[in-house]
Amino acid sequence: MASGVKPRVKVPKTAAAGEAITIKTLISHNMESGQRKDKEGNVIPRSIINRFTCEFNGELVIDVTMEPAISTNPYFQFDATVPEAGEFVFTWYDDDGSVYDTKKPIEIA
Amino acid sequence: MEFSRRETLALGLGAAVLTLMPFRANAAAEDAIAAFTGGADMADGGVTLTAPEIAENGNTVPIEVSAPGAAAILIVAAGNPEPGVATFNFGPLAAAQAASTRIRLAGTQDVIAVAKMADGSFAKASATVKVTIGGCGG
Amino acid sequence: MNKKALTAIAAVLAFPVSVAAGPDEDKLVINEELEMVSVTEAPAHVENFDTIYSGWHFRTDETQALQIDDFDNPAMIFVDQAADLYEAVDGAAGKSCSSCHDDVESFKGLQASMPKVDAETGKLVVMEDLINKCRTERMEADAWKWSGADMQGMVALIAFQSRGLPMNVAIDGDAAPYWEQGKEMYYTRYGQLELSCANCHEDNWGNMIRADHLSQGMINGFPTYRLKQAKLISRHNRFRGCIRDTRAETFAEGSDEFRALELYVASRGNGLSVETPAVRQ
Repeated sequence: MASGVKPRVKVPKTAAAGEAITIKTLISHNMESGQRKDKEGNVIPRSIINRFTCEFNGELVIDVTMEPAISTNPYFQFDATVPEAGEFVFTWYDDDGSVYDTKKPIEIA
Repeated sequence: MEFSRRETLALGLGAAVLTLMPFRANAAAEDAIAAFTGGADMADGGVTLTAPEIAENGNTVPIEVSAPGAAAILIVAAGNPEPGVATFNFGPLAAAQAASTRIRLAGTQDVIAVAKMADGSFAKASATVKVTIGGCGG
Repeated sequence: MNKKALTAIAAVLAFPVSVAAGPDEDKLVINEELEMVSVTEAPAHVENFDTIYSGWHFRTDETQALQIDDFDNPAMIFVDQAADLYEAVDGAAGKSCSSCHDDVESFKGLQASMPKVDAETGKLVVMEDLINKCRTERMEADAWKWSGADMQGMVALIAFQSRGLPMNVAIDGDAAPYWEQGKEMYYTRYGQLELSCANCHEDNWGNMIRADHLSQGMINGFPTYRLKQAKLISRHNRFRGCIRDTRAETFAEGSDEFRALELYVASRGNGLSVETPAVRQ
């Protein structure tokens, strides 16, 4: 696992049933592109997060395929519909096989 | 300023070169788009790509894409060593077929967004981003 | 192709960029509630400025936007990580920061007065010194590397507690000789290019140096998340970068020269809000 990987997610605590909410996510990751060379001139191997998904109560909101052109510390903002109370699950997939996830509950106000 | 026919032709040629210059469209970018569309025609309109005209640093360029009703949006940076940037696939709970992220651009170039609409058609938009080279390193 | 056509093409070629002149007039408000003092009257000891501006005013709208919302600010990842480190036991004494200190909020105000002279030793100290003193003497742990992610994360976490408070470093009394040394450095031309800090940040702020929009060189937002390196950058790292760009042999991070320069440059920003962690290009 890449060191120091830490997800941050911003989701409102409550929403009206059927309301569209804005979600922001940020995760610490070097996103080593595979294009850089070290001091000896050797290519530093690619090591990125290659996929990000957001689901709500098991249904898909967004599924992103990521390439090395995504910046260090990947950031996403998108809108989700909240049909009922439940839980958002955010998952990041690392090239090295690591999976980072975080969950955020939301209530119907 | 008035232009003779010859001058106008020269101007047109210059303009054509200018149009191509920042694009540096490469085969890899076209391949990436073709892999996504299956070679289908792409309509103009229906997808909006928002990017800064000038990026202070190519390492972190904020972009936003929106294509109401799209199933997926492909982002390609035609001037990067590897043109692929991201593909957004929208599920049933996406409240809008839109997303923002931050991307790396190796230099001044066109960023291209291709949306796959729900009916299987495709739409395309592009934006030129000028990446400045600062005077001061760190 | 004749000259007329060439001129027309050249006109098309010219960047459609309005040449940036001076700071912009946007207002720096963070999270739509924390109003920052990013423009104010220059302190009396800054002879050649009437008004001082945060470096935020010299950045593009896109870069500015990254600092006005704490979620959008990528530096906050590292502040979060440092909050975990604050609780983490390290070293032979089996202590964490929180073993001796109250909550990190108790450091509110400290950054606004840094650097300062240590009463016991009479030496000028910066935040990195205070942190490493705790680590080596109280925690009996290894000192952190000056520009390491853990060190700059902790410097940022502590400074963040003072965000919004006005910078107010002391330049008199015990601090006076260090301040004079820093001022001397500020106006000394270094390197093959023979440039002093003042040549860019006092004589030419607001102008472009190649594609960079020169600021007044304020350090009230450090450690700063720089888009170039995509991590927190220390004050001394930035000083080193500037002096290196004059093609000089530069001073080391953590050198007494840079401590003195940090005091002087910080004092030029007295009155500006602590912005840590800022976002710059």
